[in-house]
Amino acid sequence: MSADMPSDTASQPASLRAWLHAPVPTSPFQARAQQLWLKLLRLTGNPPALLGLAILLVIAMMAVFAPLIATHDIYAQDLATRLQPPSAAHWLGTDELGRDVFSRIVYGARITLTIAGLTALIVAPIGLLVGTTSGYLGGWVDIVLMRVVDIFLAFPSLVLALAFVAALGPGIQNAIIAISLAAWPPIARLARAETLSIRSSDYIAAVRLQGASSLRIILSHVVPMCLPSVVVRTTLNMASIILTAAGLGFLGLGAQPPSPEWGAMLSSGREFVLTSWWIAAIPGCAILLTSLAFNLFGDGLRDILDPHHG
Amino acid sequence: MVDAPIALPRRPAAPGRRVFSSWALAGGRTVLSVAVTLFGLAALTFFIGRLLPLDPVTAILGDNATQAAYDAMYRQLGLDQPLWVQFLRYLRDIASLDLGTALTTGKPVVEDIARVFPATLELATVAIIIGTGLGIPFGVLAAMYRDSAVDHIVRVVGLLGYSAPTFWLGLMGLVLFYATLGWVGGPGRIDFMYEYDIEPMTGFLLLDTALQGQWEAFADVFSHVILPASILGFSALAYISRMTRSFMIEQLGQEYVVAARVKGLSWARTVWVHAFRNIAVQVVTVVALSYAFLLEGAVLTETVFAWPGFGRYLTNTLLAGDMNAVVGCTLLIGVIFVTLNLVCDLLYRIFDPRTR
Repeated sequence: MSADMPSDTASQPASLRAWLHAPVPTSPFQARAQQLWLKLLRLTGNPPALLGLAILLVIAMMAVFAPLIATHDIYAQDLATRLQPPSAAHWLGTDELGRDVFSRIVYGARITLTIAGLTALIVAPIGLLVGTTSGYLGGWVDIVLMRVVDIFLAFPSLVLALAFVAALGPGIQNAIIAISLAAWPPIARLARAETLSIRSSDYIAAVRLQGASSLRIILSHVVPMCLPSVVVRTTLNMASIILTAAGLGFLGLGAQPPSPEWGAMLSSGREFVLTSWWIAAIPGCAILLTSLAFNLFGDGLRDILDPHHG
Repeated sequence: MVDAPIALPRRPAAPGRRVFSSWALAGGRTVLSVAVTLFGLAALTFFIGRLLPLDPVTAILGDNATQAAYDAMYRQLGLDQPLWVQFLRYLRDIASLDLGTALTTGKPVVEDIARVFPATLELATVAIIIGTGLGIPFGVLAAMYRDSAVDHIVRVVGLLGYSAPTFWLGLMGLVLFYATLGWVGGPGRIDFMYEYDIEPMTGFLLLDTALQGQWEAFADVFSHVILPASILGFSALAYISRMTRSFMIEQLGQEYVVAARVKGLSWARTVWVHAFRNIAVQVVTVVALSYAFLLEGAVLTETVFAWPGFGRYLTNTLLAGDMNAVVGCTLLIGVIFVTLNLVCDLLYRIFDPRTR
């Protein structure tokens, strides 16, 4: 397709391509761009990961442009049209209060992505800091921190989140706190394992000989090396975070009605499921798709970013 | 694999003694680390139960109690004592298996848990039988025929098992197999008509009905347990097949596999007899771990299927703000997890000579 394009636009990509494929990069910026380009190329060679990314982009678009996409007011009740099957007026039917299920699913994407995103933002830095500190300093710090991690890991994450929500009270904010409290330890474990292999390498010894403090070494020389695997792990964790959040919503401990959170929608549609299957089926599909997308994309990211794997 | 020759010790010691002492050392360290973890579990549950903003006195007496009644209950619960005294009391209570009284039932939490736990154990056991019985063959087949259609199917099934919310699968299963097709029993453990014919013996209804020869009731119990167990088993299947696959792929790259093939053994025999033996220990530990994770899945599945087990007890007490029961349940799950992990560790140490 590039052959018969006008010359200026054709030469532009060609030279960019040459720049990206140059055997010897002339600047650090070019070297980084080349690496990024190679990773992108590898991502395009991985259809499942691309599929995951595409689904995630669609869901993100839904969340961002929810007011434009939604066809109805998500809180407007209309008992005359309750429990309608999918139709032209209501693409995914209506729920037990006559609210449009499609619009609620669209707005629900905002809640789900907020929970997943905020949890990841809380969990990844904490796990990374605890893990790298523990691994780099070793000794008593390591023993104490890893015991704490072990204690948190002794609970399945949903049960721990449930216990914290029970104490903190239901609601989205508390759900995020509870899930975060349950989700940081595996990341700390991972970061520690990575740090243990990095810490004895020559370049760390060199930095130490130059007089860098432990804090400096951890923050600017160990953390960046652990980052790829932590990013991969966090992406994969998002899948289970979404399931936990939906589970909390389903049990009535996460987002509260009338909020269009998918788990809560499933829960309120439960009584009518035997007669109106779509009320429960559709939010469930949304949860499944989002979680699946994070799993697919995370697996793909691991192939690209994690040099130890495969 | 040939190990590097071991340097002879300068002062010859009795070999049995050396083995014993290294075992004792490892054992001592394990016991110590488990003890520390259990102590931590107690501390964490204490923290959840006492320090977070839910007033236990109001939870017991309600909002309308008089100040005098409030103060009396406050003292009775020991809340006027310093925190460390409260914590020591809590430890003493746990050690004597006293988890307090559940507000929702008015009975000791330990008694409640003992009553509901068999139902969950039965569900989880049937689930793990399904998950293991299918998961291991799936994983091995996927590794044997890597990158074939079988492998892809196993991976997709695994991905769905990881990504699907169990409570949703449960609801859809009820709609399809109970309401539409009528293949399985509905929510609950057993039909009302059989419920009072069975003498409680073990608490496991499948066993009880079989032991008493009530085959009609047995069939009814089975039709109730099969759907929730299959759905729980599905998530176990996903984990077990994925791990089995990767263990097996690692083994199939070893030289002894090539040697066995060169000697003329069939592919199936090489895999199932020679390679499988080498992954058996790892697979057993994965199964033990997924058994523990079934307890987590049970919380949601039991809610969907109105299964009168541990998970539903936990949810009910949670919604009622019954912190004694919640803390007790959380503690129990933690202890089960730690125990299963310890068992896995021991299994590794006993059966895998490389860890010695």
